Parts: sequence; structure tokens; C-alpha cells
Amino acid sequence: MKFPKTLPAAVLAAGLALGAAGSAQAQLKVGFIYVGPIGDHGWSYEHNQGRLAIEKALGDKVKTTYVEKVPEGADAQRVITKLAQTGHNLIFTTSFGYMNPTLRVAEKFPKVKFEHATGFKRADNVSTYSARFYEGRYVVGKIVGKMTKSNVIGYVGSFPIPEVIRGINATFLAARSVNPKVQIKVVWVSSWFDPGKEADAAKTLIDQGADVIMQHTDSPAPVQVAEQRGVWAVGQASDMTHFGPKAHLTAIMDNWGPYYVARAKAVLDGSWKSTDTWDGIKPGMVTFAPYNKAIPADVVALAEATKKGIVDGKIHPFAGELKDQSGKVIVAAGKNADDGFLAGMNVYVQGIEGTIPK
Amino acid sequence: MSFDWLVPAILTIVTAATPLVFAAVGEAVAEKAGVLNLGVEGMMIIGAIAAFATAVSTGSGLLAVVAGAAAGLLLALIFGVLTIYLQSNQVATGLALTIFGLGLSALIGHGYVGKTFAGLPKLDIPGITSIPVIGPLLFGHDGLVYFSVVSVIAVGWFLNRTRAGMLVRAVGENHDAAHSIGYSVTLIRLAAVMFGGAMAGIGGAYLSIAYTPLWVENMTAGRGWIALALVVFASWKPWRAFLGAYLFGGITIIQLYAQGMGVHVSAQFLSMLPYIATILVLVLISRDETRARLNAPACLGRNFHASG
Repeated sequence: MKFPKTLPAAVLAAGLALGAAGSAQAQLKVGFIYVGPIGDHGWSYEHNQGRLAIEKALGDKVKTTYVEKVPEGADAQRVITKLAQTGHNLIFTTSFGYMNPTLRVAEKFPKVKFEHATGFKRADNVSTYSARFYEGRYVVGKIVGKMTKSNVIGYVGSFPIPEVIRGINATFLAARSVNPKVQIKVVWVSSWFDPGKEADAAKTLIDQGADVIMQHTDSPAPVQVAEQRGVWAVGQASDMTHFGPKAHLTAIMDNWGPYYVARAKAVLDGSWKSTDTWDGIKPGMVTFAPYNKAIPADVVALAEATKKGIVDGKIHPFAGELKDQSGKVIVAAGKNADDGFLAGMNVYVQGIEGTIPK
Repeated sequence: MSFDWLVPAILTIVTAATPLVFAAVGEAVAEKAGVLNLGVEGMMIIGAIAAFATAVSTGSGLLAVVAGAAAGLLLALIFGVLTIYLQSNQVATGLALTIFGLGLSALIGHGYVGKTFAGLPKLDIPGITSIPVIGPLLFGHDGLVYFSVVSVIAVGWFLNRTRAGMLVRAVGENHDAAHSIGYSVTLIRLAAVMFGGAMAGIGGAYLSIAYTPLWVENMTAGRGWIALALVVFASWKPWRAFLGAYLFGGITIIQLYAQGMGVHVSAQFLSMLPYIATILVLVLISRDETRARLNAPACLGRNFHASG
């Protein structure tokens, strides 16, 4: 069932309660809560695509519900509780800040299965899942390393947290591997979403010589600036081609569909268990927007080969030996970085100029 | 060190400051008339979506600006009727106006997410705009930038040099006195509030059709609140609000450039800098306490009722 898109979450929650009163329980009911509007062209939009994938794959066996724009905190707990009370057997809570509310509700509804995105706390009926976005960054790094003429990659950063630093390092390592002169310039905007400031940061980077703009923020503004200034750009989270048809090289996208379908199937056949999933390109959780036609064929081939190498396990973006900026070895020769190290990454690799703001 | 970056940096500062100039100057007029409208953010965002929707469907930048102004004005009219005629609390109504504006703009804007618009054309006088440095700085902006400068001068002149401007200040200073000598406090206030709304709407329009020509929910990202603060720190003087907007925009942009050049200061501190510097400078230039008190409209935020 679908809801009008802009009613406040509380009203929707009340509606859910009424709607469930007379419904039969033969189907699996799957609930979703989103932090943003599904029209955000980014994070929540892609989760909603995952929900639609479940509907498409499982048809009559499932019924899905979503509530969008739910603030992280007390409201989230109310909405999750309502979903659990109204017969939803599987609930996806799709933002980091829903972690504690999810666990509190899960404790009260032991028979309901919960799936929390990007968190690190689990329970018998709470799984967590996240995407290895850095694998996508590594593939894109090869492309931008080849495409840059000025040898400066501009990077609009949000906050200096491991997730973002991992992306910068992965991009840099890949770009350096194909272009020994390349440098990466990072400007932090201290926000996930501020189109004006993201655009300003992109302009700044271009003024300072960058001819490729990458971003770890959510709005398409940097892509648009790149288009206006005639430089390249890489989209974030979803395909941003039409914001910069000439500039947009590709985008690294989340694709939650396969995972969501697999989890819904697991509930249906009774095999669901609490797990911790961190998937990348191989299972299709990280995908790419179509390549810009301006990318030469050999660069496309290089990107595809890198992608294949990651899928086959022959390429690891953080393969040793890796040193940090001070020259200390952070990943030993012949080893690949383990997940614990990746999850807590807080240093730039050797070769990146500039420091991570403390 | 080369200074080639300076001209583009200044151009970026101008685009960052212009929406704040519009919103702050408009709010200064409303507050001079004694009405505190905290709904600037809401009026800006409504202006942004109205302008963007118009720009996409008609392709005309001018119509888009008019639509932005009209949308801001309409929202301000709601506020005016509620607070001036129905005596509702100005603070609470203003806050509600912001929330209402954000929600309504999201509703209207649903179909416009992902649409694009070429953006306002920039002034380009053959042979003049191409003069190094001075050309782009003086003759290379879009029309709204020039309009923002004109509006600051016009509002300053209006408030201080015209009889109508004096009336606006009079109802803001002492509404009972203005009323007792026969002026309509309610009408003057309503007009001032609507002017403020139209200006905030144009500020929002600048965001969605010139600054970043696209629509995304909540794209004003708090600029309405900054404009409100600028008005107070500028002690209700339009030219100081203009200065504050450029100072704020300037330091925001300079800190981005500094980061790109590898200046090692924490990003959090740099992000904080525009706020601190703007407050500091504006407090310093208006530190004379008596004069500052003279500038603050005495009836600011107080409702007026003729029976009162």
C-alpha cells in the first residue's frame, strides 16, 4: 500500500493502525522507514527502489509499506513500533540514527525481524547491512585518474568520518595506480546536504585547478557546477546524468534490491537469521550509472577489468603494502586490509597532500 | 603565490551573499515597522520553489523572479493577517510559517525534483566584461545581483529620507502614538511585512534559479535564519545588513579556498568562522550602546490593537 507523500509521520502511523485492523495475515508484510523523502534523488530514493524490487520479485506473497521523512529519534521509535504492531513481519530501518530505536522496538517484538542499515548493533531478530561503497570509488578512481588533464581531482567531503576517508583513499589509490602525477584535493563542507555550499566547494576546487569533481555529499549541485564550468564529475548515490549530461562520467550507486529480495525470501521460507552484511560490487549492492560516451574505450575497459578483478577477489582496493602519510605501514605487504581496519579508517594513505581535520 | 583565484573567488562570494542580502533587507523593513517575522526561511523556500517551477515551465528568468516574490509575499500576507489583524503571537506564528513553508514547498516541489534550468543569464557587455579583473567583477553578474545592490540603496533611502519611510519607522517605534495622530498602524505594518516576504521570496528565487539552478527539498539550508540574525547584528540598517551578508558569504568561501590550499585548521573551526566573524564585526560597528538602542524599533514584536 502507498501513502500520500507529505503527510507527517505521526498521521501516517495512525493511518497504519486503522488500515491493519481487518487485513488478513497470509502475506508477508514488509515495512520500510526512510529518513528522507523518496524524492531526494539519493539515499532514500534508492532504498525505495529496493522496496519496489521486493514487490516485483515476490508479487502476491508480500505486501510492502513505507513511511518517509521520519526524523531519527523518538518519532522513529513510534513509527517502527506502529509497523511492528500492525502485522509487519520484516521491517527495514534505513538510516544510521534508527539504530537504537530499532533495537528497543525489536526487544518488545521478538517475533518480528528487523534489518538496520549501516549500524553496528545487532540482536537475535536484528540484522545489519551496509554497502562497500569504497569498491565503487576504487573503480571510479581508475577512470578519473585517466581522465584528468590537470592531475588534480577535486573532492567535496561532508564530514571526516571513516566512511568518507575510506572513499577518498580508495579513489586516490586507484587514480595514482594509473597516473603517478595525480593529486587529490579535498574541501569539507560540514554538511551532508547543502546545495549552495556544495556548489561553492565545487567552484573552489575548479578554481584551484581540479578538472574532475567527486563528492561525498547528497545533492546534485556539484555535478551541475562541473557542467557549467566544463569539467568532469562523478555522481553520488544515484544517476545524476541529467544534471550534467556532458560532465557526468558515471555515478556510484547503491542497489539494495537484491539484498532486500533475499531477506524477504528468507523470512518466507523460515531461514532468516540475524546477520551482518557488508556487500560490494560482487553481489550487486554497489553499481554504476552508464558511462559517459566521452570516456575512451580503453578507459572503460580498464574500469571493467577493475570491476571484474574486485568481483573475482583478485583486486582489493586496500591491498598491502599500504603506508599512511607518516610512512607507517598500515596494511602489511601481501595482505588485504581487514574489515575492522576498514571500518575505523582515520588516516590518509601516503601520497595524499593535506591533513584530515581533527 | 598567484592571485588568479581571487577574481573567481569574489564572484563566488557574490553569489553566496546575494540571497542573504535580499532576505535581510526585506526583514529589516518588516522589523522597522515593529513586526518580528521569524518565517524568513519559510518565505525563502516558497520563493525558491515558485521561481523554479515558473522557470522550468516558462523558461523565463524574469517571470520566475516575479513568481518567487509573489509566493513570498502571499506567505507573508498570511502571517500579516494572523499577527496584525488576529493578534496571534508573532514569534510562534513566524516559526509556524517556516515549518509551513518547508512542508508546502516540498509538496509543490515533488514533481520538480530532478528537473533542470539553465540558470539566469549573466550580464555580458562586449568589450567591457572581458576587461581583466574589473570586467567580470563589475559587469559579469546576473541581473539579480545588481538588483540586490539597488534594493539596499533604495530601502536605505526610503527608510531615512522619505515620509512613507518615516511612517514605517514611527509605527515600529511607538504604535500608539502613530495611531493617535491618525495613521493606520495595521495597514503600514501589513505593507512592510508583505515587502519583507517579497524580498525573502526573491532571495529564495536566487537560490533556485541562479545560485544552484535546481530544486531539492530544504535547499535554503538555514539561510533564512542567517538573514534574521544579520538584521539584528546590522542594527536594522540595510547597508550594514549588506555588509554582513558579504562578510558572511566572504568568509564562507574564503575558508573553502583555504582548505583547498591546504591551510591546516580544523574544518569545524573553519565552518564556524563565518558566524563568529560576522557577529564580531557587526557587534563592533554597533557597539555604542545608546545608539544601538536608538536603532532597535521600540515596538518590535509587540502586537497592536486600537482599543489597547
